[in-house]
Amino acid sequence: MTAELTRRDVLKAQAAAIAASTAGIAMPASAQSVPGGVAALEIKWSKAPCRFCGTGCGVMVGVKENHVVATHGDMEAEVNRGLNCVKGYFLSKIMYGKDRLTTPLLRKRNGVFDKEGEFEPVTWEEAFDIMTEKAKKTLKEKGPTALGMFGSGQWTIFEGYAATKLMRAGFRSNNLDPNARHCMASAAYGFMRTFGMDEPMGCYDDFEHADAFVLWGSNMAEMHPILWTRLADRRLGHEHVKVSVLSTFTHRSMDLADIPLVFKPGTDLAILNYIANHIIQTGRVNQEFVDKNTKFMQATTDIGYGLRPEHPLEVKATGAAKAAEMTPIDFEAFKKHVSEYTLDKVAELAGVDKAFLEQLAELYADPKVKVMSLWTMGFNQHVRGVWANQMVYNIHLLTGKISEPGNSPFSLTGQPSACGTAREVGTFAHRLPADMTVTNPEHRKHAEELWKIPHGIIPEKPGYHAVEQDRMLHDGKLNFYWVQVNNNMQAAANNSNEAYLGYRNPDNFIVVSDAYPTVTAMCADLILPAAMWVEKEGAYGNAERRTHVWHQLVNAPGEARSDLWQLVEFSKRFTTEEVWPQDILDQSPDYKGKTLYEVLFQNGQVDQFPATEISPDYENREAKAFGFYLQKGLFEEYASFGRGHGHDLAPYDMYHQVRGLRWPVVNGEETKWRYREGYDPYVKAGEGVKFYGQKDGRAVILAAPYEPPAESPDDEFGFWLVTGRVLEHWHSGSMTMRVPELYKAFPGARCFMNGDDARRLGINQGGQVKIQSRRGEIISRVDIRGRNRMPHGVIFVPWFDASQLINKVTLDATDPISKQTDFKKCAVKILAVV
Amino acid sequence: MRSQDPCRRLSRRLWTLFALALCLVTGTVALAQTVPQLSGRASPMENTGADPLPKWIVDDIQKMRNYPDQPPVIPHSIEGYQLSVNTNRCMSCHRRELTEGSGAPMISVTHYMNREGQMLADVSPRRYFCTACHVPQADTRPLVDNMFKDMSELGFKPAGSGQ
Repeated sequence: MTAELTRRDVLKAQAAAIAASTAGIAMPASAQSVPGGVAALEIKWSKAPCRFCGTGCGVMVGVKENHVVATHGDMEAEVNRGLNCVKGYFLSKIMYGKDRLTTPLLRKRNGVFDKEGEFEPVTWEEAFDIMTEKAKKTLKEKGPTALGMFGSGQWTIFEGYAATKLMRAGFRSNNLDPNARHCMASAAYGFMRTFGMDEPMGCYDDFEHADAFVLWGSNMAEMHPILWTRLADRRLGHEHVKVSVLSTFTHRSMDLADIPLVFKPGTDLAILNYIANHIIQTGRVNQEFVDKNTKFMQATTDIGYGLRPEHPLEVKATGAAKAAEMTPIDFEAFKKHVSEYTLDKVAELAGVDKAFLEQLAELYADPKVKVMSLWTMGFNQHVRGVWANQMVYNIHLLTGKISEPGNSPFSLTGQPSACGTAREVGTFAHRLPADMTVTNPEHRKHAEELWKIPHGIIPEKPGYHAVEQDRMLHDGKLNFYWVQVNNNMQAAANNSNEAYLGYRNPDNFIVVSDAYPTVTAMCADLILPAAMWVEKEGAYGNAERRTHVWHQLVNAPGEARSDLWQLVEFSKRFTTEEVWPQDILDQSPDYKGKTLYEVLFQNGQVDQFPATEISPDYENREAKAFGFYLQKGLFEEYASFGRGHGHDLAPYDMYHQVRGLRWPVVNGEETKWRYREGYDPYVKAGEGVKFYGQKDGRAVILAAPYEPPAESPDDEFGFWLVTGRVLEHWHSGSMTMRVPELYKAFPGARCFMNGDDARRLGINQGGQVKIQSRRGEIISRVDIRGRNRMPHGVIFVPWFDASQLINKVTLDATDPISKQTDFKKCAVKILAVV
Repeated sequence: MRSQDPCRRLSRRLWTLFALALCLVTGTVALAQTVPQLSGRASPMENTGADPLPKWIVDDIQKMRNYPDQPPVIPHSIEGYQLSVNTNRCMSCHRRELTEGSGAPMISVTHYMNREGQMLADVSPRRYFCTACHVPQADTRPLVDNMFKDMSELGFKPAGSGQ
C-alpha cells in the first residue's frame, strides 16, 4: 500500500496528536502519531456467516496480510445484531490449527497405492489419477450404484449443487446423501408430508412476537446460544412471557423454564397427543381454520426401526413395508384417536408432573397466547421423528397458531447450510433442487432441461441414504466413496460394526476431503486437503430460509483447495462415453466426445459470467483456475429451479450487498411469513391462509400413536444413553478442539450421570467408567455435578471427542420414514474401571 | 509431543524425523501432529483410558485477548454458580454497582445495549446468560498449537511504543 497523504489523513493524524497530547501520551519526535500512519492500523473488514450452527449469525471478519486477525458479531446482521457465542467469537482461530492438511495424502507401500500402506504426500495430479482409475474401474465392473458420495450441511450452496450435478447427471448415481441426514431429515420429511413444501413458514422475528416458547428436545442455551439471547431477551424483558422446556434430563435451557418437564425417553409422542386431546376436550379447536385449511390423515403404525432388514425387530414390524403411507380420515376419527391420551395416563407414562403438563397444554389451547415451538435433535434424532414433527404441527394447526408473527412451529437446524445446501439444493439420495424428487418423472425431465443434458440421464431410483451407505460399504456393494466436509466415522451410530468395516473393506476406495486429519480422514485411503470457510467464496442458507453469501477473504495454505474446485476439476477426467449409456448418446450425438466438465460446467450457463465481474477487492481462486465466475454461474443456474415456484432467490450479486435474504425473494423483497395473505406474495388477495405446497391448499393433521423406542434399558443394560453436544464444541470438534481457548473450556468428553446412580455403583465424581452396549464400549469419566443434571437411569455423553467415540456404543436405528438415526435412545451398562 | 503415532511400522523417532523432512520439503506437518482427541487412536476403534476431569485455572490473572473483540476468558472456577431467571451469581461481582467492592472487572459497556443499540440502566436481558460467551479455562496444554497471528505482528507498531 502506498503512503500517499490525503487531506483526510493529515486531519486524522492531527486529531490523533491532539488526543494523545491531551491524554498525556508522549509523541515520538519523528512526529508521526501512529508509526506507519493510520493505514497501518487498518483492518480490512468483510461480512460472512458463522461457520458453525444453523442459526446463521453474521460475523465481521478482519483480515491483515492474508490472515484473519479478528472476528466479531455483525451489528448489521438481523439474526444476531452484534452478538456471537463463544465459538463464533473464536472463528478467527479455526483455520490455524498447526496440523492443517496442505497436500494430498495417499496410502502407499513401495511407491504405489496400497490399502494397507501408510499415508504419503502426493501431488493433486497423482491424487486425481488414482481416484479416476478407481472410479472408472468401479463403474465398469459394477455400474453407477457402486459409486457414492457423502456430503454435508456445511457444503456451500455451490459445492452441494456441483456435487448433485456431478453425481446424478455425470456419474448417473443417486448415492449422494448429506450428513444432514443425521441432523434434520425427520424435519424435512415432516414438512413435506404436512405442507408439501420444506422449511419453516415463520422466521426468527417470531422471537420478538411470541408470548410463550416451548422447547421440544432442544437445548438452545447451549446449541443455539444466539437464538437463546433473543428468547431470553423476550422472556426476561416481558413479564407475561412463559417458557416451557421439555427434555429427558435437566440442562441449561431449563434455567429459564417456567414449565420444566423431564420426560421418559420417547414419550414426547404421548405428550403431543395429550395436548391435541386437551385442545379438543376443552373446546378450543379453531374450527374455521381447521375446516378451511387442513385435512386429517392416519399414519401407518408398527413401522419398525430402520435397522438391517433381517433384524428381528424389522421382521416382526407389520407396517415396515409401507411406513410412509398415510390414509385419509376425518376429524371424528382423529378425536377418537387422541382421546386415549388423557392427562392421567400420559403423566404416568411420561413420568411428568400433571400440573406442569396441563399448564403446557394450556399454552397451546389458550387462543390469546402466541406460541413459538422450537425443536432440534430431540425430535429429529428419534425413531418416530417424522411423526413427532407432524404432531407438533397438529397442535398448531388445530388452534390455527401458524404462519403469523409469534405463532410459529419452528424447526431449528444444526448445520450452517442444512437448509441452504442439503435441503434447498437437494443433496439427499432422493431429491433434486427446489423440493423436487428423482422418483417423479416430470421432475427429472425438468431438471434435465435446466441442466441441458439429454433425457434419461438422471436415474429414477433413490440412492443409498447415510446409514445405508455405511452398511453397503460394509457389504461391499458400494466401492468408490468420496466424503466431503464431514467427519462421519465419528458421527455415525454403531460405527465400529458398520462404517469402520466399510471404510477398511479391501474392495473399497475411500476418499476424504477435509481441512484437518479427522478420524474419518485417518480411516480413508486418500485424503484431499480442503480450503475452509473464508478461504473460498461461499453461500449458506440458515434455518429461517436466509441465504447468505461471502467473498474469499484469505488464501488457503499450501495445496489446500476448495471442495468446489475438487469436484469441478475431477469432472474433467471423464468423458460422456465412459459414464453415459450408448443409446442416449446415439440419440443426442452432440454430447459425444465431451468431458463431464464440458457438459456440466462449461454448458453456456455455469460459465456465462466472466471473472471480471468479481469485485477487484477480493480474490477468487476458482475463477482463476477455471477462467470464469464459477460461483455466480452455479448459483444462477441453480436459482432457475426455484424462481416462480415459491423458492425465488434474488440475483446473485445482491447477496454480496446484504446480510442475507429470506426466500422467496419476490421483486427484491424477502418473505418473513409464508402461507398467509399480506406476508407471502404467493398467497392471493382474499385467500387468507393457503398451504400452497399441497395441491388442495390444505395441511395435514396426522393421527399417530405412541410407539416405544427400538431399545430400552433392561436388567442387563440398565441405563438410557443420550448423546449430543456442548456449547463450546461444534459437532465432532474438528475445528473447535483446535482453538486452545475452546479446548480448555471443555477439554474432553465425559459421562454426565445422576449422583445417586453413581453412588449405587460405587463411582465417585471424576471416576473412570466403561460405557458398554450390545454394540461396543468406550471409557469415560463420570460427572455428577456438571451442567447437565441427569435423572435416575439416564446418562448423557457428548460426541465431540475422538478419543471417546461414543458412537461405537449407540444403535443405528432410524426413523423408518426419514432414515434419520436416533442418537438419543439406547441401552447401556456402566462399569467402574479400577 | 502429545502425539499419536498413526504410522504403525515406523518408530516414533523415525516418524518424527520423516515428518521433519516432510516439513522441509512440502511444508506439511499434518500427520506428525495428530492426537487421539482429534484424529482418533492409531487403531481408531480401540479404547484406552480417559484423561481425568480438568482442574480449572483459578489464579484470577487476566489473560490477554487475542483481539479486542474477543470475550475475555474467566480466570476462576464457576463450578456451582447459579445462572437462572432469579439468580445470576456472576453479576454479584461484575455488575457496575458492585465492582468497587469486588474488584472484579465491570461487564462491558456493550452489555447494556438492547437489540436496537440503545443503552439500558442494567445489563441487557439478551446478555444475561454470561456463559454463552465467557468460559473458564482448564489448566492444561492445547491439543495442537494454533498458528493464529496477533494483529500486532502484522505490519504496524503500537501507538505510543516510541519507535
